[in-house]
Amino acid sequence: MNTFLGIDYPTLWFLVVGGLFSGYAILDGFDFGAGAWHLFFKREESRRIALNAVGPVWDGNEVWLVIGGGALFAGFPILYASLFSAMYIPFMLFLVFIIFRAVSIEFRGKESMLWWRKLWDVCYSISSGMLALLLGVVLGNVLMGMAVGENFVYQDAGFLEFLNPYALLVGINTLALFMMHGAIFLLLKTEGKLHDKLTRLLRGGMIFFIVTFALLTLYTLIYMPHLSDNFKQNQALFVVPLLAFLSIANIPRLATKRKYLRAFLFSSLTISLLLILVAIELYPTLLISTLDPEYSITVYNAASSEKSLGIMLTIVAIGAPLVVTYTWFVYKTFWGKVKLDETSY
Amino acid sequence: MDVELLSRLQFAFTVAFHYIFPPLSIGLGLLMVIMESIYIKTGDKQYEILARFWTKIFALTFGIGVASGIVMEFEFGTNWAVYSKYVGDVFGSALAAEGVFAFALESGFLGVLLFGWNRTKPWVHLVSTIGVFIGSMFSAIWIVVANSWQQTPAGFHIVGEGMEARAEITDFWAMVFNPSSVDRILHVWLGAFLAGAFLVLSVHSYYLLKGRFREVSIKAMKLALIVATVFSVGQLITGHSSAEGVAENQPAKLAAIEGHFEASAPADMYLLGWVNKEEQKVTGLKIPGGLSFLVDYDFTTPVTGLNAFPEEDRPTAVNAIFQFYHIMIALGLFMIALTIYASFLWWKGKLFDKRWLLFTFVFAVLAPQIANQFGWYAAEMGRQPWVVYGLLRTSDALSEAVSANEVLFSLILFALIYAILFTLFIYLLNKKIKAGPYDEQKEADRPLQSEISNIITA
Ligand code: HDD
Ligand code: HEM
Ligand code: HEM
Repeated sequence: MNTFLGIDYPTLWFLVVGGLFSGYAILDGFDFGAGAWHLFFKREESRRIALNAVGPVWDGNEVWLVIGGGALFAGFPILYASLFSAMYIPFMLFLVFIIFRAVSIEFRGKESMLWWRKLWDVCYSISSGMLALLLGVVLGNVLMGMAVGENFVYQDAGFLEFLNPYALLVGINTLALFMMHGAIFLLLKTEGKLHDKLTRLLRGGMIFFIVTFALLTLYTLIYMPHLSDNFKQNQALFVVPLLAFLSIANIPRLATKRKYLRAFLFSSLTISLLLILVAIELYPTLLISTLDPEYSITVYNAASSEKSLGIMLTIVAIGAPLVVTYTWFVYKTFWGKVKLDETSY
Repeated sequence: MDVELLSRLQFAFTVAFHYIFPPLSIGLGLLMVIMESIYIKTGDKQYEILARFWTKIFALTFGIGVASGIVMEFEFGTNWAVYSKYVGDVFGSALAAEGVFAFALESGFLGVLLFGWNRTKPWVHLVSTIGVFIGSMFSAIWIVVANSWQQTPAGFHIVGEGMEARAEITDFWAMVFNPSSVDRILHVWLGAFLAGAFLVLSVHSYYLLKGRFREVSIKAMKLALIVATVFSVGQLITGHSSAEGVAENQPAKLAAIEGHFEASAPADMYLLGWVNKEEQKVTGLKIPGGLSFLVDYDFTTPVTGLNAFPEEDRPTAVNAIFQFYHIMIALGLFMIALTIYASFLWWKGKLFDKRWLLFTFVFAVLAPQIANQFGWYAAEMGRQPWVVYGLLRTSDALSEAVSANEVLFSLILFALIYAILFTLFIYLLNKKIKAGPYDEQKEADRPLQSEISNIITA
């Protein structure tokens, strides 16, 4: 098997996909989170400011989803096909909400009638929250494993099978995490009364997250023993959950000190660490079959051929420096010129 | 209704909706690059005003293009799981290239293009416009390569058997340059340029008819007319070249396109007509032996007809394919006639007062749109019953895990949401056009969101 730096190609591509998804979760995470808080702001002006904080960035953030999804299709077509067809309803809802959310953002400011704005505020907030929840629900199902049968085909279990308690709990936890993350983001972007209100909301958000996270951890340890196997085999890996706990604990500490930029970095770090945790829990399996371990989808049996992965890794190796170069160019010429203050959106 | 029919309907509906927007984004991108370059070269402020105005409309088409594109990327996995497993190894590299080179390029520079008017030097802004434009051209390349591979597979071998069979890549460049990619990329690009140019012609003709913004509108019309004339004629050439490719690589599609049934006989070419599938007859206006001539430059060369293929390997909707194809051609010829005549009037100095012609241009914006849509319908339906030509049948490509009810549910959801999206598009487009190029919002660099921020500061 071909390797690069001692890592085989499927694992390398697993890292590429993981990196893209964690970038996506960090970026769209804060704007889903900010959206989920939207109805907590009562004054029209606050709502406008909150909306404008995510206004210029949300569609750029979604590119990470596009590229991540493409990378999954390209590198692990079998996982992509089985998972997406198994999670048909959640994914379709996800698509619908993602469009709905975009429409709300664009529509809201177009008329000044009160009912009009209220309507789109509600749409915007609900779809943001639902998107976070659905991402978590899918992740929860992946962690639990699914009824994957012969030839990696999901044995259809009914319309609402994806809504089981564990998956819902992961969904709520994801929503809580993103709401905390989003509140910190908004704190960076606001001042005055809204800022004060957000400090209170953030406190609630942190409690919400920590409580659901504790519940989820317990539930996982008790009912999902298969997820701890890798840790039992390689104890050094315990450093990851440890870091995750430290990183989480750091957020309230920094928030009370009003160091929001750092708190934001730590909530971003938390998101990546939690995803790394998920990756370790699963690897090398990607999707556990609850019918027969034989049928489980792994990094190896789901991967594209070595040849294909080799080509794609070459493309990434050529492309990534280019992307970094022109992103740097864009930021430098663009941001260098203006002094962006808190209110310029 | 069964899963197959519903999934095909859903895919056709969502991809056809998506394809309203990318051609506009690509075509407007080209015109914006031209306008901005002239501005920088000559310093003529009016070209800057034009470029800014069209950037606002571009932001709109681009935004909806992105929103509707994500849907299809998911659909490959949700609805066409077997297909995804089958082609993943081959498509993978095309998609990876698309993500890394094209989408990242587009979205990287998009921020500067939309926000950056007052914040960067003009040349930096031009570089960004070019970046977004090239990005969109690239993304057209990779997605059309992927689709062309489905039409004329190359550079792969099959591993596994039966339900487990899948294609694995053996030669990247043979996959990229499969027999139909180059022809089809060119044809798709030119179709996109026409969509953009005709939109510019339409809006500025409308202004001229209303007697508004005359000076800038004349400048914009001239640019767009050059682009439209050159590429209308060019489209005939790339289309012809595509047709030759189809004759060579997809004989069943060619036969369906012209309604040619006899297994091996000289074939006619129709200008318009109606196919009766039961009687295997076409009634209409034809050039006898025309298709034979196209294939071999000889009116008597026999051409393989539909009857040469087993029943189950023939495209079924022959009349629909025939009509879509012929309407595309008719619209192509119409655009050639219209643009050449308009160029002639321009040369005579009479173009900008010919009211009926301007009126025609206002509506001619639909011509490239319809041709683009129908071109795809002909190409995709002509490929049936195969999803990968000769290798994988559409009926075998579905997701086994998905039920008809689930697809029906999502199809209804998409119909609703796209109705809202389309209303939004028309509403905003109308608003921007009514406001015109001198919309006094100098800070409105980012058209959609900045309007909200204007309200805030007000
Ligand atoms: C002619 C070219 C063309 C064709 C045939 C298609 N697209 Fe497209 N697509 C574009 C040209 C394009 C484009 C010009 O790059 C975008 C960017 C903005 C726009 O309006 O269209 C786009 C956007 C876009 C996006 C969002 C990308 C982003 O975030 O920038 C996705 C995920 C797709 N498309 C996916 C697809 C799929 C899966 C297709 C086929 C089934 C498809 N497109 C057909
Ligand atoms: C954007 C322009 C496109 C349009 C308007 C279009 C149109 C269509 C239509 C009308 C069908 C249904 C055909 C039928 O059921 O008779 C179809 C099917 C399909 N097309 Fe396309 N298509 C486009 C681009 C693509 C691209 C770029 C790809 C792949 C990379 C693709 C892949 C497919 C697949 C997988 C199906 C489903 C199977 C089938 O019914 O053939 N299409 N498309
Ligand atoms: C004027 C003469 C034209 C000819 C002879 C022609 C020929 C063709 C042929 C043979 C195909 C099928 C290619 C394949 O399946 O591989 C095709 C597809 C297509 N045509 Fe045309 N065409 C013409 C004009 C136009 C115009 C004016 C437009 C749009 C403005 C257009 C847009 C398309 C599109 C979008 C497709 C589908 C993509 C593709 O398969 O390339 N065509 N055309």
